[in-house]
Amino acid sequence: MAESRRVTFRISRGDGARTELVDYTTEVTPGMVVLDAVHQIQAESAPDLACRWNCKAGKCGSCSAEINGRPRLMCMTRLGDLDLDMPVIVEPMRAFPRIRDLVTDVSWNYRVKKRIKPFTPRPPDAPDGSWRMVQADVDRVQEFRKCIECFLCQNVCHVLRDHHKHEEFAGPRHMVYVAALEMHPLDTQDRLGDLKDADGIGYCNITKCCTKVCPEHITITDNAIIPLKERVADEFYDPLTRLFRIFRPRRAADR
Amino acid sequence: MSEQATRTEHDVLVIGAGGAGLRAAIEASARGARVGLVCKSLLGKAHTVMAEGGMAAAMANVDDRDNWRVHFTDTMRGGQYLNNPRMAELHAKEAPDRVRELEAWGAVFDRTRDGRILQRNFGGHRYPRLAHVGDRTGLEMIRTLQDHGIHQGIDIFMECTVTTLLKQGDRVVGAFGYDRERGRFRVFGAGAVVLATGGIGRAYKITSNSWEYTGDGHSLAYHAGADLIDMEFVQFHPTGMVWPPSVRGILVTEGVRGEGGVLRNSQGRRFMFDDIPPLYANQTAKDEEEGWRYVTGDKNANRPPELLTRDHVARCIVREVREGRGSPHGGVFLDIAWIKQRIPNAAEHIRKKLPSMYHQFKELAGVDITQEPMEVGPTTHYVMGGVRVDGDTQMSTVPGLFAAGEVAAGLHGANRLGGNSLSDLVVFGKRAGEHAAAWAKSHGTIAIPDDQVQEAIRSTLAPIDEGGGENPYLVQQDLQELMQEKVGIVRNAAEMSAALDGLAALKARAAKAQATINREYNPSWHTALDLRNLLTVSEAVALSALDRRESRGAHFREDYPDKDVAHGGHNSVIRKAPDGSMQLHREPCPPMTDEQKALVKEMG
Repeated sequence: MAESRRVTFRISRGDGARTELVDYTTEVTPGMVVLDAVHQIQAESAPDLACRWNCKAGKCGSCSAEINGRPRLMCMTRLGDLDLDMPVIVEPMRAFPRIRDLVTDVSWNYRVKKRIKPFTPRPPDAPDGSWRMVQADVDRVQEFRKCIECFLCQNVCHVLRDHHKHEEFAGPRHMVYVAALEMHPLDTQDRLGDLKDADGIGYCNITKCCTKVCPEHITITDNAIIPLKERVADEFYDPLTRLFRIFRPRRAADR
Repeated sequence: MSEQATRTEHDVLVIGAGGAGLRAAIEASARGARVGLVCKSLLGKAHTVMAEGGMAAAMANVDDRDNWRVHFTDTMRGGQYLNNPRMAELHAKEAPDRVRELEAWGAVFDRTRDGRILQRNFGGHRYPRLAHVGDRTGLEMIRTLQDHGIHQGIDIFMECTVTTLLKQGDRVVGAFGYDRERGRFRVFGAGAVVLATGGIGRAYKITSNSWEYTGDGHSLAYHAGADLIDMEFVQFHPTGMVWPPSVRGILVTEGVRGEGGVLRNSQGRRFMFDDIPPLYANQTAKDEEEGWRYVTGDKNANRPPELLTRDHVARCIVREVREGRGSPHGGVFLDIAWIKQRIPNAAEHIRKKLPSMYHQFKELAGVDITQEPMEVGPTTHYVMGGVRVDGDTQMSTVPGLFAAGEVAAGLHGANRLGGNSLSDLVVFGKRAGEHAAAWAKSHGTIAIPDDQVQEAIRSTLAPIDEGGGENPYLVQQDLQELMQEKVGIVRNAAEMSAALDGLAALKARAAKAQATINREYNPSWHTALDLRNLLTVSEAVALSALDRRESRGAHFREDYPDKDVAHGGHNSVIRKAPDGSMQLHREPCPPMTDEQKALVKEMG
């Protein structure tokens, strides 16, 4: 897109009860992202068009939406990469209840996170209260800690989006969170029982949709969920382990 | 129908949930206070998330010559000695413990070869001092505090805006606000209130700041009768993106230069070598070779001029652009790709050390920073000025009102060093939480009079009920243009006087700002209310800047281009007069102790 042009945006408006798609046409200049267009439309013709945003730099994960049906951050979606001869369709995330227009109620995510057992480090390695960890051992955890909590992975996960298993499945974001804790070199907590039961890791059937939409390019399925599934399987479903457990009590953290 | 407000009561109410607010809430809670934490966004989205380069703390993990004394003198020199020396000392002494504490709460910093926390070079810091995680240190900090904080029994009110502080006599006794999602009103009774609302960057057109940075805490404190100081000192970060237009202002971390990135003009010249301030002459590399040795860890080398303080680098960039040696879109070139001449696997190294920058340029500008230079120019980044606080307790001049982080002033003086902000947040966030809890314990809570609540409701609903047809978005845009043009990087008396006139006119328009009628997540209403704060802080900046007739730190006057050593050593103090007008007076800076003076002399 080399020059300015007028483009139509078909934006989903309304609250939980009543919604409609409304067309707005605005002038688009090179380099603009979808969030710029939404702001421009607010200033020009729809002052109360609700959208959540913060940093406009892909770092806070606030402006998640579905653009032409694809879950994306509005601030990182360049208009030049879209077909502007057709209306650009902007809708809220579907896996969460709508508050208004593009804003959804994502409070469920905060409730789920709170019930996950927090970081519990081993005693410090040095008298000044610090620890020693080598970079190779924290690389994987650092990948998971890139998560900006945009919840696009939750939005695209069919267990939540289509089957509404919010009460039984914590979703990919929280699998990544648990993976970051479980693989943290200092952590001593055991979350495998919770993963199996409260977090419902068995619901994930590895369709990898979450990995595809992650704006931070975290390899959610391969690096977080599958290793966690393996740990759960080893702990609870391996016949040899179960045999040994008859003779060896479970770890303290499990009780 | 009379309007209702939901009432809650806490010992300590913290307003803002970035690094400072979260740390204050955690500390107050740890000391047994009932704590409420209010934030305008969802938890974990505050502006701290955007901090990139790192957190300054003299841990001496990389260079064992570092200690708090060096950090203290670096901070004072960077602030051109307008800092509150007590705060600079406490900050330098306590930052290492605050970093280690984050690690104990789960933060995963990059490591040295022997497994300790790695530290990197940054502008104005004599030794490698910034604990970091690639270029997303702020995210690591806020997530660590968030994930720790949610288990501390703190009541968290997300997407809630505070519009007024409530007082009883001289003392602050709570706050009034509304929840953004549904538009319902809330009254927070509190023994003590901690402001941790961040900065004012949204008063400018080109800024690295998020929408939240509308000066709420500055304005709340001012209208509650607290002093603001140093408001003329607004930091323009030298390297923001300049192209495409829609991303103009987005931050490009100083870490790029810390990793060896160099600034060049359109002639390919490293222009930073052309102008090295006397204060830093003996700490700056003599040539490109020495600069490279410094960034690769040679302890005997001095830092390259790209790592001079931000105010100076920003002005040099403006000079290059003004004199016709800028890049095609009005900036200069920042080149990290060149290091491939020096090290193998340079592209991979850059992606590892600067992953966010790599993606930001790739996705927003179509530029591969491992292969080609970036175009950068100054962007409004930080305000050194803010609520005047006691260095030890962080209490403002209003009893029961505390402030920490960017909204508080004193630590940074006339110019903040990169990396000193993240450490500021946790050092003084902790102190504010501690002392607010103690204050609340000894003073208790007081019932809030209903007439104040009714007045707050009326005022908050005014854009809906009494609006005069003015488009709040356009008023905001006009304000941002005015501040950018007339109270920007290079200032003069005529333009700033014009800015004050312009602000008066905008104030009249803002009073007529019209919001649509619904209250649920209505951005026109939110924007109309933000204008009040933006106008208050803009006036404070313009008034202070006009009064300071010298150039110092981030404040540069083309009509007074030199530092006035004889008369400039004061703080500009802004206070609300009984008649409601904004008054300014000068006060001498808090004096250094003899020990501090000796340190400054010794470290030269």
